[in-house]
Amino acid sequence: MTTEASQHPLELTNDFAPGETNFIKVDNFKFFYGKKEALHGINLEIPSRKVTAFIGPSGCGKSTLLRNFNRMNELIPGVRHEGDITIHGTSIYDPSVEIIALRRRIGMVFQKSNPFPMSIFENIVYPLRIAGQNTRSVLEETVERCLRSAALWDEVKDRLHDSALGLSGGQMQRLCIARAVASRPEILLMDEPCSALDPIATAKVEELIIELKKDFTIVIVTHNMQQASRVSELTAFFYLGNLVEFDNTRKIFTNPSMKQTEEYITGRFG
Amino acid sequence: MGGNISTTGPSRPVTQEYRPRPDFFRIACLLASILTITLLAFIVGEILFKAWPAISKFGLGFITGIQWSPNREVFGVLPVLIGTAASSFLALLLALPLGLAIALFLSEDFLPPAIRQVIRFVVELLAAIPSVVYGLWGIFVVIPLVQKYGAVIAAKFGFIPFLAGPAYGNSLLTASLVLALMVLPTITAISRSSLVAVPYALREGSYALGATRWETILSVIIPTAAPGIVASGILAFGRAMGETMAVAMLIGNSQRLSWSLLSPSNTLSALLANQFAEADGIQVSALMYAAALLVMLTLGVNIAGEAVLRRTQKATAGLR
Repeated sequence: MTTEASQHPLELTNDFAPGETNFIKVDNFKFFYGKKEALHGINLEIPSRKVTAFIGPSGCGKSTLLRNFNRMNELIPGVRHEGDITIHGTSIYDPSVEIIALRRRIGMVFQKSNPFPMSIFENIVYPLRIAGQNTRSVLEETVERCLRSAALWDEVKDRLHDSALGLSGGQMQRLCIARAVASRPEILLMDEPCSALDPIATAKVEELIIELKKDFTIVIVTHNMQQASRVSELTAFFYLGNLVEFDNTRKIFTNPSMKQTEEYITGRFG
Repeated sequence: MGGNISTTGPSRPVTQEYRPRPDFFRIACLLASILTITLLAFIVGEILFKAWPAISKFGLGFITGIQWSPNREVFGVLPVLIGTAASSFLALLLALPLGLAIALFLSEDFLPPAIRQVIRFVVELLAAIPSVVYGLWGIFVVIPLVQKYGAVIAAKFGFIPFLAGPAYGNSLLTASLVLALMVLPTITAISRSSLVAVPYALREGSYALGATRWETILSVIIPTAAPGIVASGILAFGRAMGETMAVAMLIGNSQRLSWSLLSPSNTLSALLANQFAEADGIQVSALMYAAALLVMLTLGVNIAGEAVLRRTQKATAGLR
């Protein structure tokens, strides 16, 4: 796996500096669904190995931007973009970048958990199998590593070969996190990962996010202001397709520079 | 007690509004359902009643016997049973890959939705063509083809029992080819709906992990829809077994046991269609026995298909 990945122009794993401040760089990025401009020239620099939260009212473009980092938006017909997004200095739109390889380096967790209707084991090794890795020992090692890092190992280690659909909602979402980290990505994108979970399951996933930032650069979209303040170090506030404010989470929530930000976080609109 | 409620209306218990009244619609539906079940029971009962003389005379020997000669009053349907199973199975073998491919083509975004709609409509139109028209088309198009290429195949590969000559036009293969076309809409429609039922979130999840479209289709979408695809195959099999007119026109109506796909064969339904007009006495009863077997087989296959389909719907319901 690793050898295959390092041949790729987008070498995210090599010579990687944990303190990099412009790991993901969004450069005057505009995005269009057909004729509708959903993002109006976003400039943003996301540091590595930190948790960055995207907040803002529905339709503000935060999910749209998140889904551009791994080019998931391109599954929708009639979309186009202007400007650029670079990861560790390489444009994700560079013709030499293969979309498949890009997505292998960027894990994604969705709003609603989406385990495949197969066993827990097979769910986690899915990204390895499609990359051609079928060595039993490697697969087993990956399953344990990923389940441990998703804090799910102790709960499911005795039923790895049972269907993933038998898990609880919170367990399913943690399984999806485990699956997202199986191909050892650098970046983890989370699109409202807790919005379908109860408070206890949410707390577990939040703990997990804080734990995971040691190894991953995490970008999380959330509607839950408390969640953003609990898990993130940086917060970006979006409104109507514009980035209104981007700063340390503490500053955003205690002393925001922009009036719109203050009104949103104090619940006056949104 | 009524005082609080009566401020907005006349004082009466709320439940009065919802007291069950004689519900004519419900009774009409119940009667219709009972009628359907009664009709089915009546048909099966009548077939068994008429078949009884043959059942008591031939017993299980009817099923294992390989001779069918009404003149000597010897009736055995084993070759016909084999012909029924073989023609349906072969039709399924040909139609399932094609039907699944069409279903995939129509469920994924290979084509613009408008064109997909047209293709879907055309495929479903295949089901609207009358059986006898398929039969005629088989006689004038498929039979000459099977004669021509069958002879070539038999000459080259005749040492394999399944492909031994001589290549008659009317054969098991001819019937299977036409049957395959006839069951194609069943397979496509049911497979397509089970493929479409695979939640978008699963596709998205697979793409996000770096899977290509084909990997997603082969590893996630088809396995998720598999029970529905299996059900489509079972129901198509049932349909092929019961299909009468086109098969009777093409299969050659021979009760002789043969291994070759190029030889004439027979199916239960074609046997019934061909012999009923001239049958009397114990032959009628023997045909009724055959009809009873056919009903059992198709009912069994259809129940199995529906059961699998129902299980699928339950399984995928949990995914949404």
